[in-house]
Amino acid sequence: MALTSDDLIRRSASSVPAPATKLPEVAKLIDVSKCIGCKACQSACIEWNDLKPAVGENSGSYQNPPDLSPDTWTLMKFTEWDNPATGNLEWLIRKDGCMHCSDPGCLKACPAPGAIVQYSNGIVDFVHENCIGCGYCVKGCPFNIPRISKVDEKAYKCTLCSDRVSNGQGPACAKSCPTQAIVFGTKEDMKKHADKRIADLKSRGFAQAGLYDPAGVGGTHVMYVLHHADQPEIYAGLPKNPAISAVVEVWKGATKYAGLAVVGLAAAAGFVHHLVAGANRVTREDEENAAKLKEKA
Amino acid sequence: MSNAGPTPEASYRVTRYTTAARLNHMVTAASLVLLAVSGMALFHPSLFFLTGLFGGGAMAREIHPWIGVVLFFGFFGLFFRFWKANLPEKGDGEWLKSGGAVLGGHEENLTEIGRYNAGQKLVFWSMSALILVLIASGLAIWDEYFFQYTSIDTKRIAVLAHAIAAIVAICVWIIHLYAAIWVRGTMDAMTKGSVTGGWAWRHHRRWLRESIGGKSADGGNVTPAE
Repeated sequence: MALTSDDLIRRSASSVPAPATKLPEVAKLIDVSKCIGCKACQSACIEWNDLKPAVGENSGSYQNPPDLSPDTWTLMKFTEWDNPATGNLEWLIRKDGCMHCSDPGCLKACPAPGAIVQYSNGIVDFVHENCIGCGYCVKGCPFNIPRISKVDEKAYKCTLCSDRVSNGQGPACAKSCPTQAIVFGTKEDMKKHADKRIADLKSRGFAQAGLYDPAGVGGTHVMYVLHHADQPEIYAGLPKNPAISAVVEVWKGATKYAGLAVVGLAAAAGFVHHLVAGANRVTREDEENAAKLKEKA
Repeated sequence: MSNAGPTPEASYRVTRYTTAARLNHMVTAASLVLLAVSGMALFHPSLFFLTGLFGGGAMAREIHPWIGVVLFFGFFGLFFRFWKANLPEKGDGEWLKSGGAVLGGHEENLTEIGRYNAGQKLVFWSMSALILVLIASGLAIWDEYFFQYTSIDTKRIAVLAHAIAAIVAICVWIIHLYAAIWVRGTMDAMTKGSVTGGWAWRHHRRWLRESIGGKSADGGNVTPAE
């Protein structure tokens, strides 16, 4: 059964009635310790979503293309990290893409009604026919994910394969992963699965192994198992405590309401003043005085 | 003093603005209104429907910054026409302190006003400052052409500054427009380029004296406020 407007819990620049029944929350769990950097997920994403990124250029890293783009919705980010505790060089590979936040900054920032929606299963989706290409989602996102296309000036990002998920399938990236570093299921199951993986990592010397499901954005529907969960920023800048920027909160909170109120008050003040004071008219006396002045000149 | 009687016949007319200044003002005014409408539409969801006037949300987003460029250069023209006449002078403080009398329509006991009163000067200088903030912050969030020049953190601050400056500018514009409506005869300055002698006597007496000072009484041209 496809996801419909009945399954919406949030809709940008508009409101939706609470859904009668909520879908179970889903999540994609990415275990970076099992990732071999093969990029099958990147290829599967391009294939399933019919993206056509241009042929890239080698920039001296396995990371290719260098960044997410309107037609690269997921990207393996490679980091060579010197572990100061062990002196070992660790090759960290993190599959970057939309985190599907419970409190999505993109949706909060979006001015176009219905251009960004959130389903009760947790998926945050862009509805391109409603997108106006303003780039506010880029400013709202704490993870720097949305990209605006130069072709149609609309915003693009991972959909968590909402079209597959709504038909009982997992996302294309999870389906293609040869090591099952990417798994998909209900968020509850994924947390349980993560617990086992973390216990295993801890038993093998990764004392700081843990789950990345940041509370600052209400938790995410893409989670990571990290072997160094105490320092997520070493994984190509994964933010430690992501949250919607305070500037964005002020812009989309107090400013939005106070702004309209102030403009309304200014107009009302003029109206009331005119009612009370009446028009400020030139009198016959003024004209006579002006005429006298001119005669003297 | 405000009175309810009909507007008396003009004793004579005084040129207040040149045609070029009026055209310059009209272009600036029209772009400011279009910017306010398209900007407010993207600012508050309840006003998003206003994007329909521009051909939809994407068109409003596309056209808004271009109108902003027109406003900037339009205002730039106004700035250089009028900045000297808006420099502070003696009497501005008194005018501001007598806000109550002015708002009540009782200007008769104040020091004679030159080309602009302190309120008009405040409109002029606040708009000058606000438009600088708006163009600078606006360029920072004109992602279609300038995305790569600023960081996302900078853009967040810019988008907030843009919204706040725009709200204040709209309020200043409301004051500007309301004053022109309330003080009858003012609109003539923009629609005709001239005001009646009585209007000038009542509201800008020193400017009137200076304007007709060296002239004969035959109604020859007097210096416009430019």
